[in-house]
Amino acid sequence: MNKTLKGRVHKYDRNNIDTDVIIPGPYLKIHDHKELAKHAMEGIDPKFPEKVSEGDFLVAGNNFGCGSSREHAPIALSQTGIKAILAPSFARIFYRNAVDGGYLLPIEVDEQTFKKISDRDQLEINLEKNLITNLTKGEQYKMKPFPELIAKIVEAGGLMNFRPGTV
Amino acid sequence: MTDGMTLTEKILARASDKKNLSPGDVVFASVDKVMMHDVSGPGVIKVFSEWEKKGLKMERIWDPDRVWVTEDHFVPATDRVSADNIIALSNFTKKFGIKKHFKYGLGQYGICHTLSHEEAMVLPGELYVGGDSHTNTTGAMGAFAAGLGHTDVAYILMNGKIWFRVPETMLFKIEGKKPDYIMAKDMILKIIGDIGTDGANYKAMQFEGNAVKNLTMEERLTLTNMTTEAGAKNGIIEPDETTFAYIRERTDADYSPAHADLGAEYSEVFTYEIEKLEPTVAKPFSPGNITVARELQGTELDKAYIGSCTGAKLEDLREAAKILRGKQVKIRTEVLPAAQSIYIKALKEGLIAIFMEAGAVVGPPTCGACCGAHMGVLGKGEVCISTTNRNFPGRMGHVESQTYLASPMVVAASALTGKVTDPRDVTRN
Repeated sequence: MNKTLKGRVHKYDRNNIDTDVIIPGPYLKIHDHKELAKHAMEGIDPKFPEKVSEGDFLVAGNNFGCGSSREHAPIALSQTGIKAILAPSFARIFYRNAVDGGYLLPIEVDEQTFKKISDRDQLEINLEKNLITNLTKGEQYKMKPFPELIAKIVEAGGLMNFRPGTV
Repeated sequence: MTDGMTLTEKILARASDKKNLSPGDVVFASVDKVMMHDVSGPGVIKVFSEWEKKGLKMERIWDPDRVWVTEDHFVPATDRVSADNIIALSNFTKKFGIKKHFKYGLGQYGICHTLSHEEAMVLPGELYVGGDSHTNTTGAMGAFAAGLGHTDVAYILMNGKIWFRVPETMLFKIEGKKPDYIMAKDMILKIIGDIGTDGANYKAMQFEGNAVKNLTMEERLTLTNMTTEAGAKNGIIEPDETTFAYIRERTDADYSPAHADLGAEYSEVFTYEIEKLEPTVAKPFSPGNITVARELQGTELDKAYIGSCTGAKLEDLREAAKILRGKQVKIRTEVLPAAQSIYIKALKEGLIAIFMEAGAVVGPPTCGACCGAHMGVLGKGEVCISTTNRNFPGRMGHVESQTYLASPMVVAASALTGKVTDPRDVTRN
């Protein structure tokens, strides 16, 4: 996978953005990934899919992705073009779905970093150095490194890319 | 290294062949049972078809006898898309020899987390995972029970194992004699209100104390069910004679219950006196946004909903019926028993007649409007009081609808007045 990501920020300054607003319940019967993308973040910002360009980042508050185990949530977000989500914390099932499905990267940043990043900022994320460069503001921040196993799964692009029993 | 392990650690250690485990360790654990339903199942099928495209031969799965399947979210089929999903699920279970597929209109069926206990699909000491966040529910039976997404379920179907970070265990001791009109729902809402919706993120929530010991199995399941709303990896209760008796009525299968070691270490210990608890309600838009029912008296409602794995078990229906018996509801009221077997028992006990004579509509078992899917979803501006588990914006329908979460007693009392009502303030017939 790419060691450096570059894109624009879409920031939602609120905590507990839950799976019901990321992809509302009625769409759970849909398993066409492109179709799901049309409804990403519909509960907060129905225009979200139009705003995102390939490679962009979503920045949000604590406990991102709380609620349901629906894998539709990271799928819908990734299909809009989002490559990583930066938040101070993630709900556990969203986090493991994002990683194990290989859809996008859940990147933990501290509260200070979360506050410093603004909507529309251009960021460059270096995954080898765990470094985030804010190209708009000329600042640098640290990201929390992935734990060992998560790093391995991220590197492989998802749990499915391991031969059974090798991870 | 600790002196002893918690119940959660004991089960994870046994399942991953380790002598000792501590919070933070990462293990690949063998799964005893895995569940998928009509939302996570089609996701699994999609992952399987992607594997096939990569050239893998998908002819058998790890162990069809350890896999069980439910149809619960979009049933009875709500439209052609959900009907197609259910057909795909049937084809999948047939192809891979999965015998335990609970199909609607073909005998016992219902919400997965209700069948897990009603049919004793999971037993004490087991490691159980399901493609649904409220899989935590089943931890009340002394099992490790956690929710996962469909990629993880697909991985388990092939490998029989999945990774876990061993969680810290938070211990909640609930002591005292339960007052009338207080249910497990009030206890867990109070706890979520205290610790917050991320208060137990990545952790295990274990419940003990004499008030928990005195709870019936179904009430214990309400506690663990909503650990999900505090972000917990799993909820768990030590199995005891109540657990074993409940299981004996349902299966003669063998099992090996696990128990915590004496020196087990808990990351935090909370103590509650149940006598101090009052009927509790979570206001929109978070299960942690709690207050007591009397604080909200006068809050106008449009609808009352008694349904879901959280609040439509047999005892939930009994408690609601005690309040509704011989009276008339003032607002639209819906009752959806959580499983066919519960529906039948409620029918035989006369509960269904009580609901219908009170004016409520009784629907088939389904996740239904709890997740905003169908069968009673809320329109713009509608205000509902519900026995379900979540009230995020748009959870039960329109993003501008509102849901108050409460016990079946509070919901039934509120149905009678059309306003949020403490059940102590209505008389029983």
